[in-house]
Amino acid sequence: MLDQSTGGYTTADGRKIGDVVMEMRGITLRFGGVEAIKDISFDVREGEIRAIIGPNGAGKSSMLNVISGFYHPQEGEVLYKGSKRPPMKPYQVARQGIARTFQNIALFEGMSVLDNVMTGRLNHMKTGFFAQGLWWGKAEAEETKNRAKAEEIIDFLEIQAIRKTPVGRLPYGLKKRVELARALAAEPQILLLDEPMAGMNVEEKEDMSRFILDVNDEFGTTIVLIEHDMGVVMDLSDRVVVMDYGKKIGDGTPDEVRNNQEVIDAYLGVSHD
Amino acid sequence: MGGLDLADIQPSPDAPQSVPALLRRNASQFGSSPAYREKEFGIWQSWTWAETADEIEALALGMLVLGLNRGDHVAVIGRNRPALYWSMVAVEMAGGVPVPLYQDAVSEEMAYVLDHCGARFVVAGDQEQVDKVIDAQENGPGIEHTIYLDPRGLRKYDHARLSSFADVQAKGRAATELKAELATREGELTYDSTCVMLYTSGTTGKPKGVVLSNRNIIEASKSSSEFDHLRRDDEVLAYLPMAWVGDFIFSIGQAYWTGFCVNCPESADTMMTDLREIGPTYFFAPPRVFENLLTSVMIRMEDAGRFKKKLFDRAMARAKEIGPKILDGKPVTGAEKLAYAFDRAMVIGPLKNTLGMSRVRVGYTAGEAIGPEIFDFYRALGINLKQLYGQTEASVFITQQPDSEVRPDTVGVPSPGVELKIGDNGEVFYRSPGTFVEYFKNPESTADTKDPEGWVATGDAGFIEEDTGHLRILDRAKDVGKTAAGGLFAPKYVENKLKFYPDILEAVVFGNEREFCTAFINIDLTAVGNWAERNNIAYASYQELAGHPDVLASLQGHVEAVNRSIAEDPMLAHCQIARFLVLHKELDADDGELTRTRKVRRRIIEEKFGDLIEALYDGSTEKYTETEVTYEDGRKGKISATLEIRDAATVGVETAQMAAE
Repeated sequence: MLDQSTGGYTTADGRKIGDVVMEMRGITLRFGGVEAIKDISFDVREGEIRAIIGPNGAGKSSMLNVISGFYHPQEGEVLYKGSKRPPMKPYQVARQGIARTFQNIALFEGMSVLDNVMTGRLNHMKTGFFAQGLWWGKAEAEETKNRAKAEEIIDFLEIQAIRKTPVGRLPYGLKKRVELARALAAEPQILLLDEPMAGMNVEEKEDMSRFILDVNDEFGTTIVLIEHDMGVVMDLSDRVVVMDYGKKIGDGTPDEVRNNQEVIDAYLGVSHD
Repeated sequence: MGGLDLADIQPSPDAPQSVPALLRRNASQFGSSPAYREKEFGIWQSWTWAETADEIEALALGMLVLGLNRGDHVAVIGRNRPALYWSMVAVEMAGGVPVPLYQDAVSEEMAYVLDHCGARFVVAGDQEQVDKVIDAQENGPGIEHTIYLDPRGLRKYDHARLSSFADVQAKGRAATELKAELATREGELTYDSTCVMLYTSGTTGKPKGVVLSNRNIIEASKSSSEFDHLRRDDEVLAYLPMAWVGDFIFSIGQAYWTGFCVNCPESADTMMTDLREIGPTYFFAPPRVFENLLTSVMIRMEDAGRFKKKLFDRAMARAKEIGPKILDGKPVTGAEKLAYAFDRAMVIGPLKNTLGMSRVRVGYTAGEAIGPEIFDFYRALGINLKQLYGQTEASVFITQQPDSEVRPDTVGVPSPGVELKIGDNGEVFYRSPGTFVEYFKNPESTADTKDPEGWVATGDAGFIEEDTGHLRILDRAKDVGKTAAGGLFAPKYVENKLKFYPDILEAVVFGNEREFCTAFINIDLTAVGNWAERNNIAYASYQELAGHPDVLASLQGHVEAVNRSIAEDPMLAHCQIARFLVLHKELDADDGELTRTRKVRRRIIEEKFGDLIEALYDGSTEKYTETEVTYEDGRKGKISATLEIRDAATVGVETAQMAAE
């Protein structure tokens, strides 16, 4: 077991993982009579890649929506950087440095890749609507700065060739990458990825894994991801939370989780007699 | 040709005698003109010659700090980027030998080359290349230090033997005490010191390291720049592999000699966009690139509206007449001029702009035969597309087409300073100031290729046209034979002519030591199938379509047209095809009939289809045959067919008498 008491640990490949940056305490989320999440607690440390896995309907996306502030749990609390987070709107959460991608791509189809990435810079724009419209005064300098950041991310994710292409014309795998680019443009401290590899072929999955690792490595971004593909999760993440029917059934390094009997049962099925 | 030994040509004493010396000259004479541009973060960043000299010097000093000795080999691997070009010049400046490698080489190939040249240092573009170098090191002699350009993904690597490009430059800038040492080494460079070592891609056997001296590079660059009147305000786009000799000559040799600007694309995928943005004035591309561009234009025109399509077709038909005449400076009537001006405004200008070729003054293609219709298309647009013939061992240039003497079927006249001779077996030999010094650590191969007088065998057979002095390449020398009557037999020459028809996929011509020539033809299923669909011809299989009388009739037309074109050439007139058949199966690499790169394997085909060849020569009009085929899942089967053998009309040559009886 990893030592949870001290301030962080060092991974096998030599990355230093810091203090707890976000903590879930006894989260319970109900939709009417349905309990989607039942009393779940776990933490996310600074700089780590934290995965949430589980079979269909386990409550993974609900959990991510709790973190992103889209759902407000009936019980429990979310601690962010040591203090309790009051119920917030998603945009307020975004301003705190948390960005996300969606399971079903949510880009502006008619806009170019560059413009989509620029929308990710929204929280870094302070000048008013009219100043921006007239491209006057501070707005000009601000846009130049934001464009430079957007270009840095376009370069990082190797999407220069489609910079000016409308998103609607791109294949699925590239759209996913553009979504990642937009989330990165916000310069988040925590990046939430909802099934970043869903529906991809092996090569696209490899590329995406590479990019996720590079983002973590290059920008030091803490990453929380949900993924179906066990192989990808086990290779990619530092620690894994396993959910089943809204309950947490495992938490630890990929190796610990892999050998956890409850997890094996949940994934492979077990006869109850 | 006199007995003058070209290798002894000395430059005037004050002329720059090495690439670093050319750099110094450019930096002092026109330091503020642009030397390099690269698109990064969506913006074209540029460096002047003065800035370039500063960057290169800092890197050279940094390499001295790392311990580079005189004569050390330094491998350079990556896509075309200014920093990698600087690395090559910096290595030479510091007394080493730059060895650019193909960036798509797998790590075993890389291991062989690194081991063969004994490289102590590597400059690598990114993590992918660094990984390959690390892999290659495992069972080779260690690379002492690797310098990388793009730090992405490399943060966690052990940096004991790894440094970033910027760090090495920073160390170089700090090491002022080494400046004197660098100046000494730079001063030691002469016309005969090694400028670069390039590995030939090695289609046969292991790659060989071709050593090229400053003399080779500078003389070749100088005479070719003068040949095409290259100027300081020219622009090139550097996108071909850096390990290829052509790129070294265009992006370093000629660029440093004339001082023009080298533009590097943002990434391999953005090449077309970058091409349009830069609008190069001097452009090189292999035939494949020109073909792909043409195809993409044609497909888009097929989808265009009827009015636009008509406008395009009309303009292109006229341009094919007038465009080449204007390019060649031949007289044109006022009406023609007016028509061309109209077409240029409406169609040709915008099209050239789309292709990124609005400003191309000199365009070259080389490497393989280019289809005449492709060639004519670009010439019609007023793009001065020419062919050259060369090889690594010659520092590229053997022959080039002068302006106004451009034809698709020749490769031009000898480049300035190049002497040509044709061997007894038809093989082309050359001798020039650009002729390579030696193959590295391989004196036997050097002696085999280059004789003591400096004549180098190209391995290609060809002849020089008497009236124009143009060289024509026929085939690889080892494939060229003799007909029974003693004439030259060049199968590939005829096959290429046949393959330029879109409905002929592959052709194999026979005739070595025979009375007349015959051919196997493979139809192109896509093209012929398309044609059949439009003409309401039903067919169930490849075999049925290949044997359809209408298909045979149209192919016969092609063969006879080829015969007429061959007959114009007295040296090859006897290579006309007297009889041919259309094969019942597609030649396939799985059946061993083609190589994996789709080159015809003559011996195997001769063996396998011996009965058919027999039938082509015994005068029969049809032949039943069975052939073994390998299916995709590896099972073997037999297909049988009765093939029709057709006679094709030939044009008045006595060796091409009709079949035996």
